[in-house]
Amino acid sequence: MLGLDKRDLTLLAIVAVLCLCAPILLNPFPTGSELAQFNAGYPDLMQRFIIFGIFAIGFNILFGLTGYLSFGHAAFLGVGSYATVWMFKLLGYNIVPGILLSLLVSGLFALAIGYISLRRSGIYFSILTLAFAQMSFALAYSVLSPITNGETGLQVYGTDPQYLMGPDSPNIPHLFGLEMRATHFIEVGPWLWQFNAGYYFCAVVMLVAFYIAIRIFRSPFGMMLRAVKSNQQRMRYTGLNPRPYTLAAFVISGMYAGLAGGLMASMDPLAGAERMQWTASGEVVLMTILGGAGTLIGPVLGAGMIKYLENILSKINDSILHQWFSFLPDGLEDAAVFMIHPFIGKGWHLTLGIIFMLVVIFLPGGLVEGGQRIGRLFRRRGKASDDAVHPPKAAPHVGE
Amino acid sequence: MGILEVKGVNKRFGGLQALGDVNLSVAENSVHAIIGPNGAGKSTLLNCLVGKLIPDTGSVMFDGQSVLGRTPHEINQMGISRVFQTPEIFGDLTVFENVMIPCFARRDGAFRLHAFETVMNEQSLVEQAEEILTDMNMIDKRHMHSASLSRGDKRRLEMAMCLVQEPRLLLLDEPTAGMARADTNNTIDLLREIKEKRDITMAIIEHDMHVVFSLADRITVLAQGTPLVEDIPEKIKGHPKVQEAYLGQAQ
Ligand SMILES: Nc1ncnc2c1ncn2[C@@H]1O[C@H](COP(=O)(O)OP(=O)(O)OP(=O)(O)O)[C@@H](O)[C@H]1O
Ligand SMILES: [Mg+2]
Repeated sequence: MLGLDKRDLTLLAIVAVLCLCAPILLNPFPTGSELAQFNAGYPDLMQRFIIFGIFAIGFNILFGLTGYLSFGHAAFLGVGSYATVWMFKLLGYNIVPGILLSLLVSGLFALAIGYISLRRSGIYFSILTLAFAQMSFALAYSVLSPITNGETGLQVYGTDPQYLMGPDSPNIPHLFGLEMRATHFIEVGPWLWQFNAGYYFCAVVMLVAFYIAIRIFRSPFGMMLRAVKSNQQRMRYTGLNPRPYTLAAFVISGMYAGLAGGLMASMDPLAGAERMQWTASGEVVLMTILGGAGTLIGPVLGAGMIKYLENILSKINDSILHQWFSFLPDGLEDAAVFMIHPFIGKGWHLTLGIIFMLVVIFLPGGLVEGGQRIGRLFRRRGKASDDAVHPPKAAPHVGE
Repeated sequence: MGILEVKGVNKRFGGLQALGDVNLSVAENSVHAIIGPNGAGKSTLLNCLVGKLIPDTGSVMFDGQSVLGRTPHEINQMGISRVFQTPEIFGDLTVFENVMIPCFARRDGAFRLHAFETVMNEQSLVEQAEEILTDMNMIDKRHMHSASLSRGDKRRLEMAMCLVQEPRLLLLDEPTAGMARADTNNTIDLLREIKEKRDITMAIIEHDMHVVFSLADRITVLAQGTPLVEDIPEKIKGHPKVQEAYLGQAQ
C-alpha cells in the first residue's frame, strides 16, 4: 500500500498513531501532581517536537544518506520563516500560501548555496555551508533589514496590506478559517488533555514529509545517495555523476528545513534572524546523530529528545529539587541538591552533552541502535533457534 | 582500426617517465593482454583510458571518438568499464545493491531523479542483477554487506558490476590477484564464456601467466613505460626481450 512494503507501512502507521495520541501520551502525569512538570503535552511544545522532527528528517536525507555534513541548514529554516511571515503581511493569515512560498524560496536558496558548497567535500563543504549561513544571519541583521526587520524580527502590523484578508477571516494564522491556536480541552479525572489544531496540522505535514522520506530512502535515488557516501570514485567509473545527486539531496533537505521554518511562523507569526544562527544549525546535527543518522525514525527521536530536555529539564530549579529530596535528612538533602544542580535549569546543556557523548561512544547508530539492541535481546530470549533461519551476516535493513 | 587506439601517449610524474610514447591498438572483440613487471606503467595506461589521468601528449580514441577531456562518467557511458587493481565497490551497500547501481546507470544515464520509484519494483533490472550474480556464483551472498566479502569475492563483485553494464570495452587490472586457484580458474572460464557469448572487447592486465595464455588473443609487453613487443601469445612465450624484462619475475 502507498508503495511501501509491510515493514515501512507499519513504521508509518506507528508514527501516525503516536502523533494522533501524543496529547494523551505526553501527559502521563495527572495535572497538579508533583510529576506534572515532566508532562510535555502542551500545544507549543508538541508543535516544536513535530517541526524540529521535520527539520531533522530533511537534514538526514542529506547527511544520513550522502554523508555530506552541512553546518548551515538553519539558514533555510530562517528563510522559510521570513517567506511565510511575508505572505501573512501581504496576503493574509491563511497559512497555505506562506508554506508554499517557504518551500519555493528555501529550495531556490538551497540550490544556490548547494551549487557552490558542493564543489568541495568533507570539512571544506561543512565550512562553506557554515560560512553561507553565518553570512545570511549577519545580513538579516544589517543590510537586509528592510526585508527581515532586523533585530526586532519580522511580524505582521495592522498597516500591512493583507490583500486577501476577508472581512471575517481570523486575525491570527489559520487554515481556511481553522485557527492554529484553537485548542480543545478534555478533562478525564485528574488529567487535562489539550488537542490543538496547529499541532495536528503540523503532525499531518510531518507524516507526509516522513512518508516522502521513506519513499526516497527506498528509491533508486536514495540508493545512489548512499553510493555517494560509500564510494564516489566507483560511482564515477560506473557512469554516474555524483554532483547532481548530492545537489538534489541538498535542495530536498533545504526544502524540508524551509517547510519547518514556514510551520514555525505559522504557529507563531514571527520570524527572527536568530533562527539562522550556527547554534540552530548545530542543533539539527545533534538531533540527527543522537537519534541515528541514516535511519528513518532516528532524527525524529533525536529532535524529540533534545526539545524535551531543553523545555523540561531547564524548568527544574533548586526549590523543586528540595521538594523531591525533602524526605532525606537536611544535610543529605542539601548534598543531593548540590550534586544534581549543575545538570538542571540552565545546566541542561551539560546533561545533553553527556547523553550525546554516551550515545556517540556506546551507540554509534544513535537511539535507534539502542532500540535495536534491546529488541534483539528480547527476540533472542524469545526464540533461540531463530538465527538458523537467517543467512549469516545479513546486512541490516537500511533505515530500520 | 581497432576499437581502441592509443597513439603516442606520454605521462610523467615529476621526474618519472611512467609512460613513454605508448602505442596500442586493440581489435574489436578480442582479448588483449598487457603484461610487464611491477611499476611498468600498466595501471597508469588504464588510468589514461578512463579519464582518471590526462596524458601529457598523445591521443586515445575509442570507437572513433577521443576520450581525452571527458569525465570518467562520460567515458563509462561511452561503453568502457573498468575493474580496478584494488577492488572499488560500494562497501556500505549490499552485494545486490552494488550490482543494481550499474544497472540503473546503464538504463538511466549519469543522473536521474527517480526518487519515487522503488528499487525492488524494477523487475527487469532486478532480473539482470540476479542473473549476473548467479553467473558469478554469488547469488547466495546477495544480502551481505559487500565490505565483509573476502578479497576474491570483492573482485568478482566488481567484475559483476562491470559486466552487468554490458560494456563494449572491459578493462581488467589484475582480475585474479588475491583469488584462490579454484576461483582463478572459474574466472578464466567465466571470461571465456563472456567473450564467446557477447560482443565484448577486453584489455587485461595480469601477472598470472596461466590466465594470460588461457585468454589473450594478443599480448603487449610493457617495461618502464614503453611497449617492448606486441604479438600473439605463442610468439611472446619464447621472446628473448620478454625473458629479459621479466628476469626472475613470473614463470
Ligand atoms: N599518481 C601517481 N603519482 C606519482 N607516481 C605515480 C602515480 N601513479 C603511478 N605512479 C608511478 O608510476 C609508475 C608506474 O606505476 P603503475 O601503477 O602504472 O605500474 P603497474 O605497471 O601497474 O605496476 P603493478 O604491476 O605493480 O601494478 C610507478 O613507478 C608508480 O610509482
Ligand atoms: Mg598496476
